Amino acid sequence: MCLAIPGKVVEVFDQQGMRMAKVQFGGIVREACLEYLPETRVGDYVLVHVGFAISRVDEEEARRTYQLLEELDQLTELNAPLVDEIGDGRRKP
Amino acid sequence: MKYLDEYRDGRLAGKIVEEIHRIQTKPWVIMEVCGGQTHSIVKHGIDYLLPSEIELVHGPGCPVCVTPMEMIDKAHAIARRPDVIFCSFGDMLRVPGSDGDLFTIKSLGGDVRVVYSPLDCLKIALANPDKQVVFFAIGFETTAPANAMLVWRAQQEGVRNVSMLVSHVLVPPAIAAILQSPLNRVQGFLGPGHVCAVMGYREYEPLSAQFKVPIVITGFEPLDILQGILMTVQQLESGRAEVQNEYSRVLDREGNQPAQKLVFNVFEVADRKWRGVGTIPKSGYKLRWEFREHDAEKLFDVKEIDTLESEVCISGQILSGIKKPHDCPAFGKECNPQHPLGATMVSAEGACAAYYAYGRHLKRDKDDVKLTAISTGGAA
Ligand code: SF4
Repeated sequence: MCLAIPGKVVEVFDQQGMRMAKVQFGGIVREACLEYLPETRVGDYVLVHVGFAISRVDEEEARRTYQLLEELDQLTELNAPLVDEIGDGRRKP
Repeated sequence: MKYLDEYRDGRLAGKIVEEIHRIQTKPWVIMEVCGGQTHSIVKHGIDYLLPSEIELVHGPGCPVCVTPMEMIDKAHAIARRPDVIFCSFGDMLRVPGSDGDLFTIKSLGGDVRVVYSPLDCLKIALANPDKQVVFFAIGFETTAPANAMLVWRAQQEGVRNVSMLVSHVLVPPAIAAILQSPLNRVQGFLGPGHVCAVMGYREYEPLSAQFKVPIVITGFEPLDILQGILMTVQQLESGRAEVQNEYSRVLDREGNQPAQKLVFNVFEVADRKWRGVGTIPKSGYKLRWEFREHDAEKLFDVKEIDTLESEVCISGQILSGIKKPHDCPAFGKECNPQHPLGATMVSAEGACAAYYAYGRHLKRDKDDVKLTAISTGGAA
């Protein structure tokens, strides 16, 4: 569970004053927090660990690492249930 | 048989393997620290490609494995409470405590939820103001920034019904403990790539100097691991002991500084118990006093629970590089991933579980496999 998963940043947005992104991993898009890599732009590839981008990588590195994680069956965390990812998490009226 | 032909670049892998064979003159014991590396080594049979005098031993770098049973029992006691929503990464659900696992607690009506990110707990807490949301914060340095952010945001936003059960561990003190043991056999280390993506590798330099061991920060692709082993053997053969970075395409000496800053704001270094190994001084994090309102151990007065570990289990010696899974009489028999008896079998990244997953409990000895690996791969 210590491994970080590479993905492509497809959208950057603000949530409650926190810099967030939508990151595409293979066919799955999940949110990631960008507070630790604030200069990240749309189109960048980042290593994401439990919902936080921790390091930037290039596209080739991202592709290979993703493939390896897939082989090692280390992508299961991406299947964790969504907790109201779109929206600010406040209770709906 | 798989091995070399399935590498990203089988020719390059073959060249590195040849070079290791060419320069090796003495026996060496090298430890990979990270559980992800262990998994990759066993899956790709990397140890079988090396000269027989180079032994790979498997380190303590699997956070699920080293979480002490007492902590798991504490988590379970909290998760059983009706006023609690207990959140955890998926890996912890199947880890047995003294009495069942989180999965069982959930099936008996406990509100146990798997989260993707610690920040999910904040959302769950806001949506459930009448419940206390407790997050089981385990992990190494890679995970610490994510967990720190949960507590930091909770405090900033005044969300009081979220807390953390912290069981955080750190790599450098574990390396020091291994090297200080009178039984130590490890002469060089492959350092943990993703841990160092956060922390950098500055803090490994004094360790390498004090104990005169090469530490090569390494990724976890098979080619990275082979390259890391080559760099370690080059140092050992030439009598050098320094920190080198094999994984420079991902990390540098300083690491991710914004992440380190928040981690130090939220956590302080504390003694931690490691499953199978015992207490290692200053080897983990606890929440700083300023965040005590979010400290589940303070909020829920869970008594110390006496836990019984299996007597046959030698996982502590496996995690320290003294023994290997095959040295354990229970390996693949009474102890298997469905019924783990000890630390190194509870998660896929533990050495015993990795050996089991790739059928090594069925092999008589590694030489059978070694011949096949080399003949199909064309190395050596
Ligand atoms: S096989 Fe099981 S009992 Fe034996 S050392 Fe590994 S975890 Fe412990």
